[in-house]
Amino acid sequence: MRTIETKEIVEAVSRLSQEANFFLPEDVLDALKQACIAEISPIGRQTLNQIIENAILAKEEQIAICQDCGTIVIYLEVGQDVHISGGDLYAAINEGVRQGYANGYLRKSMVRQPFSSRINTRDNTPAIIHTDIVPGDRLKIIVMPKGGGSENMSRLFMLAPSDGRKGIIDAVIRAVDEAGSNPCPPVIVGVGIGGTAEKAMGLAKQALLRNIGEPNPDAEVNALEKELLKRVNALGIGPQGFGGKITALAVHIETFPTHIASMPLAVNLQCHVARHKEIVL
Amino acid sequence: MSMKKWNITTPLDGKTIEKLKAGDQVLITGTIYSARDAAHKRMVEALDKGEELPFVIRNQIIYYMGPAPARPGWSIGPAGPTTSGRMDSYAPRLMAEGLKGMIGKGNRNQSVKDAMKKYRAVYFAAIGGAGALIAKSIKKAEVIAYEDLGAEAIRVLQVENFPATVINDIYGGDLYEQGREKYGTSAVS
Repeated sequence: MRTIETKEIVEAVSRLSQEANFFLPEDVLDALKQACIAEISPIGRQTLNQIIENAILAKEEQIAICQDCGTIVIYLEVGQDVHISGGDLYAAINEGVRQGYANGYLRKSMVRQPFSSRINTRDNTPAIIHTDIVPGDRLKIIVMPKGGGSENMSRLFMLAPSDGRKGIIDAVIRAVDEAGSNPCPPVIVGVGIGGTAEKAMGLAKQALLRNIGEPNPDAEVNALEKELLKRVNALGIGPQGFGGKITALAVHIETFPTHIASMPLAVNLQCHVARHKEIVL
Repeated sequence: MSMKKWNITTPLDGKTIEKLKAGDQVLITGTIYSARDAAHKRMVEALDKGEELPFVIRNQIIYYMGPAPARPGWSIGPAGPTTSGRMDSYAPRLMAEGLKGMIGKGNRNQSVKDAMKKYRAVYFAAIGGAGALIAKSIKKAEVIAYEDLGAEAIRVLQVENFPATVINDIYGGDLYEQGREKYGTSAVS
């Protein structure tokens, strides 16, 4: 049994919230630079260059890459031999968010009552927290600020098993096509196939945490990722929807066993500001 | 696809609006106003009650944006555009009051496009997710209405060479459609 103090967790979440918002991950920056070479549209290339310039400026000045500093999505992997001491774990996470967003000059975007009064909570809490219990005596925390514009373009399709592979392709293309310029392309397309409705959406979001372009280890799934990326980029939407060949930087698919009656498909889009930071305590 | 570059100033005059075509790039200098979801709801509620808008909207530009807080030494925090489609239900009403320009990102619906032709207004896109870079062209920012809304309050912004691209012009041109036509291919393997 290993003890981790909530004080450490507060500090970690506060720091990661800020770093995630200031520093675009290197794999994303590299993918944007590659996209700039591959893009044939002049306005598309110019747009990609400005996106890269923006990321460099944010890093130098330690300011947010995007004013939408997101809903904070937290993934916790709690080792079953860990003892959390010093109070409520989730309260500590939210305190970390509160401190990070205040100290980092980050925008607070959460409203308390979603369908009427919509009053801002003014500290960007509560975080959306997903917890897994895993073997070991470590605590892993992933902090993912998720922007509203791309999240709004999420889609869930409860397909029939007979729809098959083609049904998956048609639905993903439809989701990206209808989203158009709204989710700030170039995007990363997160796809979850299988499980139940909520499991599929969870998979689609977790797929966004993978390093850009890192293939799914299953060859059949990876072949589908490649085909989908080609088809998405044939839509012509391009960077920011101004027209071009680079609508998506990558398509990432995660799968899970499902019911004999079902083939859930979830699409979760990530804008080019693909932010996430993690720590293992 | 037009790809001209223009330096334009606010308030927008008729000549400026007439020359702008979908695909043109502009650098905007002058005063613009920021407002997004909650501020639009309040502005239209004010009009419904016969009240005045919190600023004189005739010939002006509204920027769909809610900034992050400013670090010391900056006049505003990161300040990129939000998705314009959420303002579609309010925009025609504001164009009827004299609004001539909107800056945001993403598609507009048909009623907004029709209103842009009818009232002779232009829709520009700024680069979504480039909020830090865009903040450099905003020299001054001040909350002028609905302060309780925080990031969603209405701000008056003094901008210099604010970069934007014409998406919809007064002639029905639409860069999002033109871009897809030019670069989209149905032949995929």
